[in-house]
Amino acid sequence: MNEVDVLIIGGGPAGLAAALSAREAGCSNILILEREQELGGILRQCIHPGFGLHIFKEELTGPEYAARYVKRVLESGIPYETDTMVIDITPDRVVTTVSRKDGLRQIRAKSIVLAMGCRERPRGALGIPGSRCAGIFSAGTAQRFVNLEGELPGKRIVILGSGDIGLIMARRLTFAGAKVLAAVELMPYSSGLTRNVVQCLNDYDIPLMLSHTVTEIRGKDRLEAVVISEVDGRLKPIPGTERVIECDTLLLSVGLIPENELSKAAGVELDGVTGGPVVNDRLGTNVAGIFACGNVLHVHDLVDNVSEESERAGRYAAEFALGHRDSDAERMIAVRDGAGVRGLVPQLVSLESLRNGESVNLMFRPANVYQNAFLVLESDGQPVKRFRRLILTPGEMQTIKLDASMFGNQLPQKTISVSVEM
Amino acid sequence: MFDVVVIGAGVVGCAIARQLSRLQARVVVLERCDDVASGTTKANSAIVHPGHSAKPGSLMAKYNLLGNQLYDSWCKELDVPFRRNGSMTIAFTEEEVEALRKVYDDGITNGVPGMELLNGEEALKLEPNLNPEVMGALFAPSGGIVCPYELTLGMAENAFVNGVQFRFETKVESLERNGEGWDVKTSTGEIISTRSVVNAAGVYTDYFNNMVSEQKFEIIPRIGEYWMIDKTYANAFKSTIFQVPGKMGKGVLVSPTVDGTLILGPTARNVTDREDVSTTREGLDQVLEVARRSWPGLPSRSFITTFSGLRSHLARHDFVLGEVSDAPYFFNAAGIESPGLTAAPAIAVDLALEIRDRLGLAESDDYRSGRPPVYRFRHMSLEEREEAIKRDADFGRIICRCELVTEAEIRDSIRRPLGARSVDGVKRRTRAGMGRCQSGFCLPRVMDILSEELGKPLTEITKFGGESRILSK
Ligand SMILES: Cc1cc2nc3c(=O)[nH]c(=O)nc-3n(C[C@H](O)[C@H](O)[C@H](O)COP(=O)(O)OP(=O)(O)OC[C@H]3O[C@@H](n4cnc5c(N)ncnc54)[C@H](O)[C@@H]3O)c2cc1C
Ligand SMILES: Cc1cc2nc3c(=O)[nH]c(=O)nc-3n(C[C@H](O)[C@H](O)[C@H](O)COP(=O)(O)OP(=O)(O)OC[C@H]3O[C@@H](n4cnc5c(N)ncnc54)[C@H](O)[C@@H]3O)c2cc1C
Repeated sequence: MNEVDVLIIGGGPAGLAAALSAREAGCSNILILEREQELGGILRQCIHPGFGLHIFKEELTGPEYAARYVKRVLESGIPYETDTMVIDITPDRVVTTVSRKDGLRQIRAKSIVLAMGCRERPRGALGIPGSRCAGIFSAGTAQRFVNLEGELPGKRIVILGSGDIGLIMARRLTFAGAKVLAAVELMPYSSGLTRNVVQCLNDYDIPLMLSHTVTEIRGKDRLEAVVISEVDGRLKPIPGTERVIECDTLLLSVGLIPENELSKAAGVELDGVTGGPVVNDRLGTNVAGIFACGNVLHVHDLVDNVSEESERAGRYAAEFALGHRDSDAERMIAVRDGAGVRGLVPQLVSLESLRNGESVNLMFRPANVYQNAFLVLESDGQPVKRFRRLILTPGEMQTIKLDASMFGNQLPQKTISVSVEM
Repeated sequence: MFDVVVIGAGVVGCAIARQLSRLQARVVVLERCDDVASGTTKANSAIVHPGHSAKPGSLMAKYNLLGNQLYDSWCKELDVPFRRNGSMTIAFTEEEVEALRKVYDDGITNGVPGMELLNGEEALKLEPNLNPEVMGALFAPSGGIVCPYELTLGMAENAFVNGVQFRFETKVESLERNGEGWDVKTSTGEIISTRSVVNAAGVYTDYFNNMVSEQKFEIIPRIGEYWMIDKTYANAFKSTIFQVPGKMGKGVLVSPTVDGTLILGPTARNVTDREDVSTTREGLDQVLEVARRSWPGLPSRSFITTFSGLRSHLARHDFVLGEVSDAPYFFNAAGIESPGLTAAPAIAVDLALEIRDRLGLAESDDYRSGRPPVYRFRHMSLEEREEAIKRDADFGRIICRCELVTEAEIRDSIRRPLGARSVDGVKRRTRAGMGRCQSGFCLPRVMDILSEELGKPLTEITKFGGESRILSK
């Protein structure tokens, strides 16, 4: 059986950043495994600009952003294998892979970084009634057709959901000559970034229909129409508000789900809210030596944040492999979602890290839209700090950089939480 | 000149084709869709019923029992997954417990083996996720689960291997007398002459029967809607859970499937349009509501898809089988609603015998009972996987990540006898696209392979034939 120090599963931005930092941390025996033919992850199909503003201080396209990391990986000679899929991970860190050239292989790793990204929520999960005709795509699949295969999914398009991929695709399909009739969103607000609503819908006069949903799909062979209805405060369709929109294509941009089937097999505990592993501030899961970062941990809006998070995961994974530090032994403080906050990551923070003054980022999404609100940091149930925010929306992830000084002279003993206060 | 034209390539038509392929006969199956199992056969509960719910003395009861018994050998010969997981019918009130006793008695009359009446506690011991208010249950160990389209594919491939012809996208338009036999007119403009016709057209069987006979009947299409639940809940129930038909509605079951998912449904509502198998909000909501009665822990997430199928209901509620007295050489297999899937093999055995004797056909001397091997990477051991990739490197590339389907399996599904011609065809043969991501990942890859294998541009690839093109030109 092959042995490696740090094994990285997934060659997207998360995996690439983790590999580079593991190398910088002094690890030489690293391996990246990627099931696609090329490194780069989902960025390969995101040919729009808007990446890298934080890290590179310039606006790059997805492939350009990925290329910078790929170049560095190549230059530092980090081994990687593409067209290679991981099909199993055991709790004692034996990974099984399948590929055309090497067949079935098993690799033992001292530490593993989970960087498998996420997948899109399909129609079936929503249970939209109606016909099961052709012409219904998840937005990312449509993006792949347009950007990687040069094919057009359809000509008259309705988008359900206002996630970023859906918004980006509204603009992309308009460029490609299709007519985007509407983006239909269940909630009273968009789940995507504000800049995407402006640049991808408003600029092209594509209506965003908030508090609406698709209540029926019609068509015999190919999609012929969708019925949309307004929804009430409990998100139930209001009878009598039905409207038929004739279209040949429905794109779904209704949420991303971290891809954790492998993590489950390895015994990694998952968080019901984020859909990703429960991790500590060193991005370690409950299984010693298994770390997680990027969209497999929680769905990010910005790739810059993915890279930053993953650099830390790679470093900690390297330290674990080299036997420098094992965070299991340390005292952990539980991090809990307070009112108005969902999906805090990490779920555990070690007292040791706070004492040592290591930076810890708490990331989460607001549960609703709030204006002129405060984010309140609490320690053992007591408010210790307030941060003013002009606008909070579920579409934009929030970060609080923790440092020990925020807690005054009394570090938390049991819990840290964040809540929204109006 | 054919000996037999079979109209319809559902489970019934294909079972008959398989039985006819044991004879020295020229047989052709005509199917209007682009694949087998495209009608009711692809959308039902997939239960091999034990036979206690059919009316004693009916053809349904007879063929349910006989069909159920044939499942072990047929599925083994055809390499089709089949499991006798047992059927449990549960009761919540004194009245329902009483009704259960009647079902038990009918079962005894029908000859159902091994049934047991249980009290609530015993039922919960077998199925801990049941509603704790359960008062009694009837357990029938001979109940089973199967994949209906895989079985139908198996039967069709086997028939094909033995020389039966299949023509797809060929709709039968009319039947005309030609001497003793028939001229069959199809949508392709062709006229096919045959000594006999088998009417296995599912919800359209009344159309052909009424065309040739004065003994008319009318199919009342009755739709049933379903939800499928992700593999995460595969172990929620071991057996198939039915409720005693009662005021809360009838027949919503909760069952594991042979593919490791869970199925919930169906509803029952008469419809008029035989082409429309749309699901409805009301129907889907009703399924969940009634299913919660059996399974209070029913998760609100983890749904993977919904679908619906049409029952071929007849007012008399029994199968119509065999030669029609005023239309010689025209054989019906009509009104085949549930337990039609279970009954199909037995119906086929008897109908093929009837045809053999009527036409004076001889047994074939080189009949083979199987089909070309089917490879399922997801079921292979480590060693078998290693071996498979060595033999064919295409086993080393996973195309469907949710169901672990390899490129080799996709290519085989297109190249094998009666191979897939569309994305749904590949899906039904390999399970690619049936998992939790519902083809978000594999669709472009499957289309690339279809395009290459069929020598067609991507824009010509369909979901299920006809105008169901996936991309725009
Ligand atoms: C359509 C779209 C538009 C976006 N727009 C922007 C934007 O404008 N600006 C911005 O900053 N960010 C944007 N993002 C977000 C950004 O692209 C993601 O946050 C980032 O790509 C996540 O990186 P990742 O490495 O976690 O996941 P991914 O990029 O998804 O990479 C995961 C990799 O793991 C591989 N993998 C998974 N499972 C296995 C396995 N079992 N074996 C081997 N390999 C495996 C996958 O093939 C994939 O390459 C966008 C994302 C999308 C999808
Ligand atoms: C909701 C529901 C649940 C069920 N559950 C079960 C169960 O759990 N267990 C069980 O045993 N049974 C069950 N059944 C019954 C079972 O599914 C059916 O009895 C069986 O599938 C019928 O098969 P078939 O071949 O007769 O019909 P179909 O599968 O409908 O096949 C008929 C074929 O004929 C073709 N055709 C029609 N007209 C023409 C034409 N003019 N020219 C050419 N081809 C034509 C159609 O395209 C179709 O492919 C259920 C049925 C339903 C609807």
